[in-house]
Amino acid sequence: MLLQDVLAGTVRSGTSVLFAAEGELISERSGVINLGTEGCMLTGALAGFAVANATGSAVPGVLAAAVAGALLAGVHAFVVITCRANQLASGLAVSFLGLGLTSWLGQHYVDQSIHALNPVDIPGLSSIPFVGPVLFHHDVLTYLGLALGPLIWLFLFRTRAGLILRATGESGNVAFAYGHSPVLVRYLAVMTGGALAAVGGAQLVLAYTLNWVENVTVGRGFVAVALVIFAGWQPLKATLGAFVFGGALALQLQLQARGVDISPFLLNMAPYLLTLAILVVASRGRAQRPPEEIRAVFGTAGA
Amino acid sequence: MRRLGSAASTRAAGWLLVGVCLAAGLVVAGCGGSDSGSNSKGKQLTIGFLYVGPHNDFGYNQAAYQGSLAVKKAFPNAKILEAENVPETAEAERVMEKMIRDGATIIFPTSFGHLGPAMNVAKRHPDVTFLHMGGLQNAPNLGTYFGTIYDTQYAVGQAAGMATKSGKLGYVVAFPIAQTLLNINAFELGARSVNPNAKTYVVFTGSWCDPGKQAEATNSLIDQKIDVMEQHQDCTKTVVQTAERRGVDSTGYHADASTLAPKGWLTGSEWNWGPLMVKMVKTVVEGKFKGSPYSGLYRSGVPSGVIKLAPFGAAATPSIRTEVDKTFAKLKSGWVPFEGPIKDQSGKVVVPAGKTPDRHALESTNYLVQGVVGKIPGGA
Repeated sequence: MLLQDVLAGTVRSGTSVLFAAEGELISERSGVINLGTEGCMLTGALAGFAVANATGSAVPGVLAAAVAGALLAGVHAFVVITCRANQLASGLAVSFLGLGLTSWLGQHYVDQSIHALNPVDIPGLSSIPFVGPVLFHHDVLTYLGLALGPLIWLFLFRTRAGLILRATGESGNVAFAYGHSPVLVRYLAVMTGGALAAVGGAQLVLAYTLNWVENVTVGRGFVAVALVIFAGWQPLKATLGAFVFGGALALQLQLQARGVDISPFLLNMAPYLLTLAILVVASRGRAQRPPEEIRAVFGTAGA
Repeated sequence: MRRLGSAASTRAAGWLLVGVCLAAGLVVAGCGGSDSGSNSKGKQLTIGFLYVGPHNDFGYNQAAYQGSLAVKKAFPNAKILEAENVPETAEAERVMEKMIRDGATIIFPTSFGHLGPAMNVAKRHPDVTFLHMGGLQNAPNLGTYFGTIYDTQYAVGQAAGMATKSGKLGYVVAFPIAQTLLNINAFELGARSVNPNAKTYVVFTGSWCDPGKQAEATNSLIDQKIDVMEQHQDCTKTVVQTAERRGVDSTGYHADASTLAPKGWLTGSEWNWGPLMVKMVKTVVEGKFKGSPYSGLYRSGVPSGVIKLAPFGAAATPSIRTEVDKTFAKLKSGWVPFEGPIKDQSGKVVVPAGKTPDRHALESTNYLVQGVVGKIPGGA
């Protein structure tokens, strides 16, 4: 059934982007934009693959990925928070750093294999018709990913720590006046974001491609950054956006697999076009205001 | 560029430098790497190899790398320079210039897109011989060669056609170009020769290596009850392993991937560049390159041993092995598996009965044959 296959494919191919987008969202909510998300994903992908390869188990790989991603994001945090350098330049540099570092260190992992994170059925739920194959026949990271948007929403809008994070993103000075260290909050947010992006990268290689190659993410990290902006910094919309992207990717491949008579070149553009279109529609109506400190990065305070 | 991988390292180090320089807010000046090593302009034979990807990719580049190992073995005193992950840009020119400075007199640019840069460098260095893989153009000191791998794709298609229970075969392909279309056609013709109902479902990913898309394409095809997977792109592991994970058979292309699919591997087409590369180097060293077949557009296949079949895997039943071996013997005697009548997807006859197109006609294939499900842009 096309719909069921596409939706199952949506979850499969959207999850890595979902992790990266939610991570970037946390970072931006604290007032730091991190264009290095792509580099963090790659770092997580390689660290996850290498450790899973060495230990014979995917779980330590995921943990190593989170640590490696947090460290790389920490470089960005140091440059922009402590040294107050331009966020966009530093983020791009961190992306190149991640790409270069992983291409270099990853050369010997191209022909290696791992014990993959395989789909785990959930008793009861997985046998529900339609819903089971779509939502409950995945690896554990995907289940975590499905819960991530709501969890981050709860954190941001229903906890004190989330309030402090958002306040820091609106104005570091005000947060400081209330006795909170914007430096600490931002370091934590940026590094958490990097860790989540890295877990996304690890999910891509450990559960999905089962392989490491140079630049294995092919731009998914940049898609994640764009999603955050189009999602208006809302975690649930970011989840939606990631799945629209994954869905369009799955749909175009499913259509080709069924021999539908449409140019594959057009179909290959579909994920990007559809994601843009849906998020533009979704963001109409209510004003989509970025955190003030992010607005300052772009120098559009008057907007 | 003394050992394999150092070009990749140089490039990676380049990215690192870009990153570090930017982050530190420094002006990038003189960030070029310094090279140790002597210039051996003496009598020692020096040969350079360029690969577009990593040498251990279970694919195209690994096959070319295996060729370089054979050259090394045949010329134990020669110095072999190797560079992997060389992009098809001006970067390739720089790598070749560097190899020439290090004494190389024979250069093997092994990717289709290395041809342009190689033509430029060849013009500047008439005393260096360039042996390019897969091109359609040559120069006085540049020859190009390729293997007719579609020949064995017919036999591989037969294995797939006999193994399938659903009659549906899957093919994940990077781009619709003549080379890939030719392989898909040969595969489907082979499958149909043993299983008249076999259909090949094609998915184009639009990238030579995007494992994420490959995984989803494979899953999509398997969702459609496809039970044998074939592919044509640079990195090949993901499709084979995804098929194996979902309990589906796979055939291969470029290199033997049987270790990746202990249950589902059938067979595959494989390059065997070593003997040809050794012969070409010998010809150049003896000063006989000009006028030799290698100075033009050289094509070779099963009879010369450039193309072979990968070992059979666990999924290949005795009857599959017999049939494939029979076809391979025919190919070895020079048979070309495109005997008319062949119809394209729309039912138009593209090869009339009793005819077989020549190699050059085949290399400009722009159609998919009847029985292939999938669309080429601008095609039938």
